Amino acid sequence: MKLHLRVWRQSSVEDRGRFEDYELDDVSPDSSFLEMLDLLNEQLLEQRKMPVAFDHDCREGICGMCGLMIDGMAHGPVPGHTVCQLHMRHFKDGDHIVIEPWRVAAFPVIQDLVVDRGSFDRILQRGGFISFATGTAPEANSILIPKDRVDTAMDAATCIGCGACAAACPNGSATLFTAAKIGHLGHLPQGQPERYRRVIGMVEQMDAEGFGGCTNVGACTSVCPKEIGQDFISQMNRDYLRAVLGRTGD
Amino acid sequence: MWRSSIGKKIIMAGTGLIWIGYLLVHMYGNLKVFAGEEAFNHYAESLRTLGEPMVGHGHALILARIVLILSLAAHVWAAMALTRAAQQARPMGYAKFHQASGNYATITMRWGGLALGLFILYHLAHLTWNVPVLTGEYEPGNTFDKLVVGFTNPVNVVLYLLALVAVGLHLWHGGASFFQTLGWRTAANRQPIRFLTGALAIAIPVGFAVVPLAVATGLVA
Ligand code: HEM
Ligand code: SF4
Ligand code: FES
Repeated sequence: MKLHLRVWRQSSVEDRGRFEDYELDDVSPDSSFLEMLDLLNEQLLEQRKMPVAFDHDCREGICGMCGLMIDGMAHGPVPGHTVCQLHMRHFKDGDHIVIEPWRVAAFPVIQDLVVDRGSFDRILQRGGFISFATGTAPEANSILIPKDRVDTAMDAATCIGCGACAAACPNGSATLFTAAKIGHLGHLPQGQPERYRRVIGMVEQMDAEGFGGCTNVGACTSVCPKEIGQDFISQMNRDYLRAVLGRTGD
Repeated sequence: MWRSSIGKKIIMAGTGLIWIGYLLVHMYGNLKVFAGEEAFNHYAESLRTLGEPMVGHGHALILARIVLILSLAAHVWAAMALTRAAQQARPMGYAKFHQASGNYATITMRWGGLALGLFILYHLAHLTWNVPVLTGEYEPGNTFDKLVVGFTNPVNVVLYLLALVAVGLHLWHGGASFFQTLGWRTAANRQPIRFLTGALAIAIPVGFAVVPLAVATGLVA
């Protein structure tokens, strides 16, 4: 299939950036979106032009490195998918596709479609950990956790930190990411000691990084490749309110 | 707490709830026009004598006004702070953007809220400060007469109905948002909350709208 691509090009953080148009022939419908970009880059290299920089690593939808705004949709038009798992059969021959980086002040563009998500790391540093004795693996059944709690924690833990939630949010808010991390640890016994310090610290850092506030739009869940639910945000809000009121004894 | 983004939302939820409570009481009072001129005027007067002799004449009303004004001020302050934060969080917009979720009510919270604020001012000018704008001559001190004369002007009726649509939209999103902000919404109660707050967002505007409509159609005269 033939595609008309409009791609954001920006040589550095300082560069103001601009869109450039490219035509690409012979794209296989079975290739992934990133393989399509590989094809574009081969073409650009043959023309002795700079290839388009984009982030990726596992290409299996588990690492969270990839992430593009495709036609105004974070990770493209298929719900519950990362860009690396998006296939070209969801597009038509002759399509015009606009490709942009995440546009969030807390994710500065480093080059072309690559953004710096260090702000997510700094949010995690404020509470995305537990102070539990590590060492050799403990006896598997020494701490019993009800199945539904494990499942809920696991749902939250599937967050891969891709940043699509903040990218798609009309407020540029990182609330779903932060809530997923808080919900993951907050549902497990090991996460209890820091539970309320964690929510205060991580929310403080989220605000300090320049993310916007949540107004319960729900766009984050719609684009999240792991379909993290809004319930985790509700839970985070409740933990936050309890922490502020000092009602932290369960 | 007021510094953080979640804290601001908690403030908006609390102050929003105060206003919802007020709207319900206000709506109940308005519906007394159907009990006739005397009953309605008696009710209007009783608002001033409320709490007597423990509190002075009209003091309960003044207290309620102070609480409402402070609530609205805090609500608007938080709304403006969050709007500014959202703008700063995305200084450069997308060339192409598809809003992945949210309905008309969601995207009109800010502008619709502003419209509500302007309406509240107009409403006060009309019925509290007695500014003779879209209204005619009425018997001074007769609240019932003031109300009926005001709504014999169709422009006024349309204006009030539009404002009620804005109230309904604001509560359609705000009502469910309230439970989410305070952390009471779960996967299990999501549907009941949608139903309850949706019903409220319809009932409140309808409960208010019947009064101007009744006057406009001559049912109350
Ligand atoms: C000048 C007037 C007003 C403005 C500018 C305004 C603006 C806003 C904004 C921007 C939000 C946040 C939207 C969101 O979180 O998605 C909000 C939420 C809300 N508003 Fe208002 N509003 C106004 C008046 C009112 C009134 C009169 C009521 C009550 C009837 C009300 C009830 C609520 C409720 C219940 C919420 C939900 C709070 C939450 O998200 O937890 N608002 N308002
Ligand atoms: S919550 Fe979803 S969209 Fe946000 S970073 Fe995690 S996986 Fe990505
Ligand atoms: S490259 Fe790892 S999730 Fe897409």
